Amino acid sequence: MLFLIIKRILLGFITLFIVSLITFVGTEILPGDACTTYLERQAFGEQLEACYRRLGLNVPAYERYVSWAVNAIQGDFGYSLSGEMPIKEVLGPRIKNSLVLASAAIFIGIPIALILGIVTALWRDKLPDVAISTVTIFAMTIPEFISATLLILIIAIWLEWLPGIVIVPTDVSFLELLPNIILPVIAIAMIMTAHMARMVRSSVIQVMASEYVQMAILKGVPYWKMVFKHVLPNALLPAINVVALTIAWLLGGVVVTEVVFNYPGLGRLVIESISNRDLPTVQALAIILASIYVSINLLADLMTLMLNPRLKTLQIRK
Amino acid sequence: MSDIIQKVKNLSIGFKSKKGEEILILKNISTKIKKGETVGIVGESGSGKSTLALAMMGYVKHGLYTIGGECEFNSSNLLNMKSKDLEKIRGRKIAMIPQNAGQALTPNLKIGYQIDEALQLHSDLSEKEREKKISELLNKVRLPSPETIALRYPHELSGGQQQRVAVAMALAGTPDLLLLDEPTTGLDVTTQAHVLELLNFIAKDTGTSMVYVSHDLGAIAQVSDRIIVMYSGEIVLEGPSRDILKRPIHPYTHGLLKSIPKLSLAGLPESMPGSQPQPGIIQSGCSFFDRCNFSEDKCKNNSPQLEFLKELNTSVRCFNYEKLLKESQFNQNVNKIKNNSNDKEILNLSEVSISYAKQKLLDQIFNRISDDNPTVKDININIKKGETIALVGESGSGKSTILKSIAGLLRTKDGLIRFDENRNLSSDLKERNPNDLRIIQLIFQNPDESLNPNHTVEEIIAQPLKLYFGLKGEELNKNIIDLLQKVRLGEFYMSRYPRQLSGGEKQRVAVARAFAAKPDIILCDEVTSALDVSVQAAVLNLLQQLKEDFGTTYIFVSHDLAVVRAISDRVAVLYQGRLCEVGPSNDVYKFPSHPYTEVLLGAVLEPDPDIKPKLVAEDIVEEKPPEKGCSFQGRCSRIVGDICKKEIPPWQLTDSGNAIRCHIPIKELQKEQF
Repeated sequence: MLFLIIKRILLGFITLFIVSLITFVGTEILPGDACTTYLERQAFGEQLEACYRRLGLNVPAYERYVSWAVNAIQGDFGYSLSGEMPIKEVLGPRIKNSLVLASAAIFIGIPIALILGIVTALWRDKLPDVAISTVTIFAMTIPEFISATLLILIIAIWLEWLPGIVIVPTDVSFLELLPNIILPVIAIAMIMTAHMARMVRSSVIQVMASEYVQMAILKGVPYWKMVFKHVLPNALLPAINVVALTIAWLLGGVVVTEVVFNYPGLGRLVIESISNRDLPTVQALAIILASIYVSINLLADLMTLMLNPRLKTLQIRK
Repeated sequence: MSDIIQKVKNLSIGFKSKKGEEILILKNISTKIKKGETVGIVGESGSGKSTLALAMMGYVKHGLYTIGGECEFNSSNLLNMKSKDLEKIRGRKIAMIPQNAGQALTPNLKIGYQIDEALQLHSDLSEKEREKKISELLNKVRLPSPETIALRYPHELSGGQQQRVAVAMALAGTPDLLLLDEPTTGLDVTTQAHVLELLNFIAKDTGTSMVYVSHDLGAIAQVSDRIIVMYSGEIVLEGPSRDILKRPIHPYTHGLLKSIPKLSLAGLPESMPGSQPQPGIIQSGCSFFDRCNFSEDKCKNNSPQLEFLKELNTSVRCFNYEKLLKESQFNQNVNKIKNNSNDKEILNLSEVSISYAKQKLLDQIFNRISDDNPTVKDININIKKGETIALVGESGSGKSTILKSIAGLLRTKDGLIRFDENRNLSSDLKERNPNDLRIIQLIFQNPDESLNPNHTVEEIIAQPLKLYFGLKGEELNKNIIDLLQKVRLGEFYMSRYPRQLSGGEKQRVAVARAFAAKPDIILCDEVTSALDVSVQAAVLNLLQQLKEDFGTTYIFVSHDLAVVRAISDRVAVLYQGRLCEVGPSNDVYKFPSHPYTEVLLGAVLEPDPDIKPKLVAEDIVEEKPPEKGCSFQGRCSRIVGDICKKEIPPWQLTDSGNAIRCHIPIKELQKEQF
């Protein structure tokens, strides 16, 4: 078991290493370099030299990669060109903002998704299922930029209940941020919850049709006891991985929603850095997003392993 | 009447088709189950037997609904009972033993908990008492060390053990009526015989009534007092078990019994033409009319009613049962198979070992397999041109593994596989040339999985013809039609997809595909196990006919020893991947000499209440072959001493050409026959 965890963590690091190599090589083989791309027409003479010096571009590529990697491990990603400050400082508040948005969406969205999924499955083809399923399919199919824009139109512009777009400094305090995130959270949670509810529904239906559930019914197990003891533990196991991917997707920045609401999170930073041609920041973001995906998937796999007796005993036996 | 425990009255169950038509699965069923009796319900897949059994618990599957009628238990109708009240009956008064215990035990709950759950629901015992009761129950179903078993998860048990747990769980509520839905299907012959013996014991011991649902007349014959035969959602015959098996007076049962291969009869049984009508196909007359050998004109337009014959205590749904009554004795005819093998050797396996061990890094580099105790070891078989050799053994005996190696799907660890005396086929697929691939073809167990659902029959059969012979256009077409005719399918099947075919038709297409390559050897992997009995006989007859026409050699793998008896010229008995006995089928079946062959043949269930299985050895499951000595030492009841544990037994030859691997001298082995 322990061996397996260590193996998985090592594999995670290897993945990250490969991601860093790819992004580094990618930025290397693009025509020009960070400085010429950033400075554009001013890329000559004293200014270019200064830029090279500041970014350390005047040493060979492999040396730069090694020193970058060593610094990155310690949390130092270098210097942001557009922000004119260390990338660390640019990232900090952005990560915090994305975390706030993601956790709000997770804490609201996942329980609702689970409940909706279970309810629709248990009342399959009856009124609650038909009603909820219609709504979830609707919510799933509307792209977030449309639902977000509609939310702004109705709640912010017509009803004037909440601010439509987020016009706050990046490093705003949590309480000040709160009213601003309500609309983005609704926009994200809608699509996410709908997806997950459908997933949970089909998983529960599949288990409900299994022979062991039929057996439990024929054993005389009362309905709700059967649902909680025999159905849900088996139905929700496969949901763990989907939930993990959703969380990773949320933390990685919900680009479209953040842009529509002008929300200062990681997703918007990605867009901004790319349009500003701020290569060092893009590089740093790639690594951070990759680490988020890798670590959350690792967690999900370990959780499945712990909860699934079949896998658990198999591993212990080995 | 107080001695009737369950009464089914005019029960009809069905579903609504997409067009909104009502389609019946059960048609107006009425029957009674008495206290303490065991009733067998027999029928082929789709006859509605499981639906009937479930209805006896007041359970109707999702999508189906009750159209009319009642299932009365203790004078209350289960089918319109509130779920609260049903919960008190299910598990306590009526309990179910499911077909596939592996699927029917909840995977995330421990065995002990699942039995405890039934006890909590259906008894007032305290926690201490329940704990004791769980051990008692597990003991009763003869599971070793109940305390440790209770702490296990379902997947940690073998199939036979899981089935025993399901029995224990059903007994937890001390029910008055036990419903068994194919409880031994999918188990090994020896395990099956043991579980049945246990069920018989429990029925006697507790006086519980049982309803035993199965497609297997062999199993039904061993347990039931009365038999109900179902066909196409109707009861066609109902009566005392012995009468029905010895003198079936309904044409369907008559045909069914004739189509089952028997251990005592070498040769292929007669097949029954056609197949059961799909639910929803409305026929004006008797539903068995198309397949009946006794039919008359009136059968076509009038449906017979279930008629009770007082003197025989039997109900029958047939106009012409008297014709069958007059047949004084039920006789099974078999077509003796011709052994058209000649002395030319076509395939030779010498010292073949096969291993599933994972290759370590070092082994991968040197491209070798290191495993001291491989799954299959020391296989030496000569296969002659034109013969049918069968590999038999329980699951895990390595019979399918050997097939895979011959087909090239699995490479051998050691040893040689030679074709036609000089062509080496020991390597796997990648190293074989197209002709090596052509000469050996496989027919798989399940045609649902081996036929591509997106290809038409034409495309399926065309593939080998194009691949090996480069045929196209008119010639290709002619060949396909030719092959279809060979497997008795009409030209119009060409444009059909596998889903539009019945099980037997699908397997015929698979046979046609194998023969399309004009192979020298065809490997048959459990080719009839997924088929109904009546269809099985037809496929066996077809295989035999084709073999005689083409001079093909069959290597036939099956767990069904009666089927093997019917079709094979020679048998090789395997245990734990090692050969025990090889010899002509006639000798092996008439005088089983190796202790394992004795165990195996003794456990076969015959559809005859007078032939009881003989249980010689325990049905322990061994996970790995023993490191040294005889492979069968763990279960053998005739161990002669330490020599069995230390030395691999030598090959001994009998006068009739049987080769037996045992330490017991051949004379003595032949003496103790049953």
